[in-house]
Amino acid sequence: MTKPLATPLLAALLLLPLAVAASPLDDQLARYAAAAKAGDPGFAGFSAARGKTLHTQAFALGKPDTPACTSCHGPDTRGAGKTPAGKTIEPVALSATPGRYADPAKVEKWFKRNCNEVLGRECTPREKGDWLTFMAGQ
Amino acid sequence: MNIPVRPLVLAAMVLAFSALVLSRAQAGGSHFFPPVADPLVKEECGSCHLAFAPSMLPARSWQRMMGDLKNHFGDDASLDPPVAARITGYLVSNAADSGGQRRGEKLTRGLDPGSAPLRITELPKWVREHREVPNWEWRHKDVRTRANCVACHADAERGYYDD
Ligand code: HEC
Ligand code: HEC
Ligand code: HEC
Repeated sequence: MTKPLATPLLAALLLLPLAVAASPLDDQLARYAAAAKAGDPGFAGFSAARGKTLHTQAFALGKPDTPACTSCHGPDTRGAGKTPAGKTIEPVALSATPGRYADPAKVEKWFKRNCNEVLGRECTPREKGDWLTFMAGQ
Repeated sequence: MNIPVRPLVLAAMVLAFSALVLSRAQAGGSHFFPPVADPLVKEECGSCHLAFAPSMLPARSWQRMMGDLKNHFGDDASLDPPVAARITGYLVSNAADSGGQRRGEKLTRGLDPGSAPLRITELPKWVREHREVPNWEWRHKDVRTRANCVACHADAERGYYDD
């Protein structure tokens, strides 16, 4: 009697996280979390505070004219930024630009470029998750 | 031959001048470089700087640039090959030497056909047009680089380069 009931129940349980993680951003965060955990078994979730530090700290490990993420994205996450060549960038706070972080390929493309500009290397999955967590709460 | 050269030249100059004033009055019709119309090109080539008008460089320049996006003026602007191919197609078919690009032909005139310059701001004609811009203006914090066309040409996004 337990078996026929257990299968649909199990299926429903398995589907639950999928239904909750509906937005592309949540899916991407889940992928970064899996990668972070794989690299570090002690990984205990993303932190908006670490994301804020990553966003605002002047690392100066990449290009001289862009020591920090804020060099282009501006000091205020809800305000516009500007590239060195003068192009305006829409705010990075999700609340200010609701269309953001919906295209995983776009997010990955810019992480790759921008982390190199600022840190002189690619960002780790944990750093990416921290940063996105910070922006999602802004 | 005893044609009175001087009055002729003078008349021509007056004519040219009024033509200039007239064309400026016509919403800058003569300084118009059609802006990028393809949304994909606008997105991929217009995030770091103005999406430069394809008619400002010859086709061979665009091909050379698109062949090495990994080293794009010190930035990594690389794209997936199919996306890059589509963008190259658009830039090449609207390039300065693609036919019918009157302004673009003028801007790229006198280029050695063997050279494929990557910078609009190094074209001899561009340099000449900007030789009167003083040094302090280039260094101004709102300008910073010659590639920041919009700092001085407020309507550059729409293709107008009058003032
Ligand atoms: C050289 C200028 C520059 C710097 C420095 C910079 N960015 Fe960006 N960033 C951009 C531009 C340009 C875009 C694309 C335009 C847009 O999305 O509005 C962008 C977009 C992004 C996106 C994608 C947004 C989306 O909607 O998908 C992410 C993620 C991002 N940046 C993260 C960072 C992080 C993290 C740092 C610091 C390590 C950083 N950026 C530093 C210029 C910069
Ligand atoms: C990641 C940022 C980035 C992306 C994306 C990008 N560029 Fe650039 N581009 C630059 C930088 C930086 C410069 C140098 C600007 C300067 O001199 O101040 C530049 C310069 C240029 C110039 C020369 C400007 C001059 O001085 O005349 C052209 C033309 C150009 N880019 C075309 C393109 C095209 C076409 C694409 C799309 C395939 C593209 N760019 C995408 C960053 C980018
Ligand atoms: C520091 C300010 C400044 C910047 C930056 C700048 N220009 Fe200019 N530009 C000028 C001035 C001043 C003139 C002369 C205007 C005039 O004579 O009416 C001019 C003239 C021109 C003309 C000639 C108009 C014509 O057809 O006769 C073109 C084309 C042009 N600029 C294109 C560009 C492009 C493309 C860029 C960016 C790659 C750029 N400019 C960046 C100031 C600037």
